[in-house]
Amino acid sequence: MGRYVARRLLQMIPVFIGATLLVFCMMYALPGDPVRALAGEQAVDPAQIAAMKKDLGLDLPLWHQYWNYLTGLLHGDFGTQIASGQPVADIIADAFPITARLTFFAFAFTTVVGISMGIFAGMKADSARDRVLLMVTLLLISVPSFVLGFLGQYFFAFQLGWVQPNVSGEANWNELFLPAVVLGSLSLAYVARLTRTSIAENLRADYMRTATAKGLPRRRIIGVHLLRNSMIPVVTYLGTDIGALMGGAVVTEGIFNVKGVGWSVFGALKQREGATVVGIVTLIVVVYLVASLLVDLLYAVLDPRIRYA
Amino acid sequence: MTITDITADAPSPHGANENGGTLLEVRDLHVEFHTRDGVAKAVNGVNYSVAAGETLAVLGESGSGKSVTAQAIMGILDMPPGRIPQGEILFRGQDMLKMGKEERRLIRGQKIAMIFQDALSSLNPVLSVGYQLGEMFRVHQGLSKKGAKAKSIELMERVRIPAAKERVNDYPHQFSGGMRQRIMIAMALALEPDLIIADEPTTALDVTVQAQVMDLLAELQREYNMGLILITHDLGVVADVADKIAVMYAGRIVETAPVRELYKRPSHPYTRGLLDSIPRLDQKGQELYAIKGLPPNLTRIPSGCAFNPRCPVAQDVCRTDTPVLHQVTEADGAALPGRGSACHFWKETIHG
Amino acid sequence: MPETLKDTETTKDGTAAVPGPTAATMAASTKPEKARSLWSDAWHDLRRNPLFVASAILITILVVMAAFPQLFTGADPRYADLANHYLQKPNWSHVFKEDWFGYDVQGRSIYARVIHGARNSILVALVVTALVTVIGTATGMIAGYFGGLIDTLLSRVTDIFFAVPFTLGAMVVLTSFEERSVWVVILALAFLGWTQIARVARGSVLTIKQADYVMAAKALGASTSRILLRHILPNAIAPVIVVATISLGGYIGSEATLSFLGIGLAEPAVSWGVDISSGQEQLRNAAFVLIIPSIMVSITVLAFIMLGDAVRNALDPKLR
Repeated sequence: MGRYVARRLLQMIPVFIGATLLVFCMMYALPGDPVRALAGEQAVDPAQIAAMKKDLGLDLPLWHQYWNYLTGLLHGDFGTQIASGQPVADIIADAFPITARLTFFAFAFTTVVGISMGIFAGMKADSARDRVLLMVTLLLISVPSFVLGFLGQYFFAFQLGWVQPNVSGEANWNELFLPAVVLGSLSLAYVARLTRTSIAENLRADYMRTATAKGLPRRRIIGVHLLRNSMIPVVTYLGTDIGALMGGAVVTEGIFNVKGVGWSVFGALKQREGATVVGIVTLIVVVYLVASLLVDLLYAVLDPRIRYA
Repeated sequence: MTITDITADAPSPHGANENGGTLLEVRDLHVEFHTRDGVAKAVNGVNYSVAAGETLAVLGESGSGKSVTAQAIMGILDMPPGRIPQGEILFRGQDMLKMGKEERRLIRGQKIAMIFQDALSSLNPVLSVGYQLGEMFRVHQGLSKKGAKAKSIELMERVRIPAAKERVNDYPHQFSGGMRQRIMIAMALALEPDLIIADEPTTALDVTVQAQVMDLLAELQREYNMGLILITHDLGVVADVADKIAVMYAGRIVETAPVRELYKRPSHPYTRGLLDSIPRLDQKGQELYAIKGLPPNLTRIPSGCAFNPRCPVAQDVCRTDTPVLHQVTEADGAALPGRGSACHFWKETIHG
Repeated sequence: MPETLKDTETTKDGTAAVPGPTAATMAASTKPEKARSLWSDAWHDLRRNPLFVASAILITILVVMAAFPQLFTGADPRYADLANHYLQKPNWSHVFKEDWFGYDVQGRSIYARVIHGARNSILVALVVTALVTVIGTATGMIAGYFGGLIDTLLSRVTDIFFAVPFTLGAMVVLTSFEERSVWVVILALAFLGWTQIARVARGSVLTIKQADYVMAAKALGASTSRILLRHILPNAIAPVIVVATISLGGYIGSEATLSFLGIGLAEPAVSWGVDISSGQEQLRNAAFVLIIPSIMVSITVLAFIMLGDAVRNALDPKLR
């Protein structure tokens, strides 16, 4: 097990480097110029621009820029914003906890509600309640999250006045409830469906029949024998989903005006602030990689048939 | 005539009533499945009984209803789509079909236990065998985790799994097929039930292992004086261990007999066909006999005798009248205890 | 024969060392007439599935709408008449008329705009899915079939692309372009979207590679390309098709999301996402400006997701 973790961690390095390089290239190699973006519409002396670029190291070849970035990253230096002169690390330190909170909230919602719905439907596959759940999940999958966000805003904030349409700078838990539900709704649908299929399939398994034949109480048959087996694919999905939720937070944060990393990325993209964008994307990639490693380890705990060599 | 008596009387012609006698008695059991393609009549009036220390072999092809009957006894039928419109299953004289859920649950595992065919899929893949064995003691006897584990090791030793202590925390996939089936047997045996139902316990095993597992099962049954219902399609398995045999076809019992007599003198054309199709060393060079045709579709069982389309001696009456289980006698009318045949022409079949 | 019975009564013919008719008839009875192929079976199932029929009808309408919007409306989606039509409410009785769904903040017919908006959405979804399927299948097949170093390399590259969050990555790519035509959006989505299909294809090829008929083809000296194209591809493609069909709906949503964020298509392009984006300012007093294109997006995604569901159920009998 220890060796497997070590190997997985080693494998993460090329993926990490590759992913940052990819984002870095997309940010810098494609047309578009951050310094010019800074100047806006005004005409600026080309010499001034060149000087500024030299100052920021933007005149170097791409690979060299990337090397500088990567070595900086190893020292905990995420770079500096061109326009404000603020260290990117500070921006992330401000924004990341808010996004983490939103993601955590959405994740908890997805897990608890999704799995409950899935169990509820899966226990009686093809029944009326199963069909209703299937339709609900279809709807949740079909309505893009930004539409859902607006609908939520429209009904709960404007029509019913239950919540504030926008989230304040503090981003309190109660304010994040609606954004988290919106963010988690797509995953919720997938988790519910996956759980439902898994439960329905495992209900028909031979070992369930054995458990009944052993004279176990129904609570135990379902709680110990059925759930443990059915949760294996769900856990795998949930692990990869954390990264996706963080990525999706960009849209949700835009709608509800949450000052998280998505909001920061959005601003940075418009300003062509490469360091900020790459820094934040890198962070999300790391979260994704760590989450999938944890899931793999959890997988081994849940399913003894998986052997790590 | 009550058909039941025939089988009940098989080993000891008279008293199979009070204590020590009949453990389980199935009376006129019907099971049907409601499916998209219509109602499949899987079991159509089965009667049989088992006494303590006795082994009843239920023989039949896939779809003959032998497993469904067992599942109905065990109370593990999927209902729906399954339904039991008619019949009684008496355990120690009490009809289990009329019992409450909890009452039935307490019988399962403690009084009647079951061994399944495919141990790999029948054992929970994510729980250690020690846990799954120990569960019996923890749930039914309220033992502690530790006590249950000690009992599990004891059980594993009883079914002769080597290095039981070291292997108690292993998972089912880490055992060989034969060892897994021993674990299934151990699990069924755990609470020393009165009756064990073994549903094709050796079918999924290698031939070399089959005999070992069968011997173990027979030995343990003798030791605990349990009743055993052995469900199989393999005539070879039956010969050595069973006391009496019930042959099933299309959800009915077509023949019952003490085991030796059935081999010697079958009284139903279907049984005869089964016996004739066993390859024999002394008949080298001959073509192997096979019963022609396929088992019937259970949603459209042929009228009359269900076997008539495949029967070499079928007459017109076989297509119209459903034969009851006739009491089989010697040619001179002398009683043959425990023998019955659901064939209009049983006399011709047995006495030629 | 009913399924419940099959489950409980079948035995493992392979391991049962039983001679004679019992074994023989059992083998025969457990394998019902097996003449139809996976594909004709799937097609047979699909035609009977009401979900499939409904989604197929919806998609046909949407595709026709995308190809010939003039059939549905004569109105010009870009014609703005602020003076007469500023945020005019929908007139529900004027079915198929210019003012059916009302007018937006610039006085343009919302009905005309949602009809004409279909083209971009459908185009993006179809072309991206086609590209992604080709790239992903090729990568996955090569990685899975050749294994070794090639597999390690391609799998790592897939991992890298997979690790980058999709919407965020597409945003990064798209902001770099000054002019964002529909083709730029397509390329950006395809650039990042191929990984899932590559993984599925690789997994599928890995199992099929072991099949006897592939071994036989190899033993008979078939060329690598022949094995890949004639033997492996047709057998490995089913799961790929399932994933591709389901992702069709996802790309519609992605295009709308990006356009909504102001990073995908932009005015003067006519797109549901663009309209939803411009409708958000009026959410308080004229929600219909936002809700009507939102419903169009949702219906379209729903149609494709239902199609994907139906195809999956038909091709993967295990899930039934």
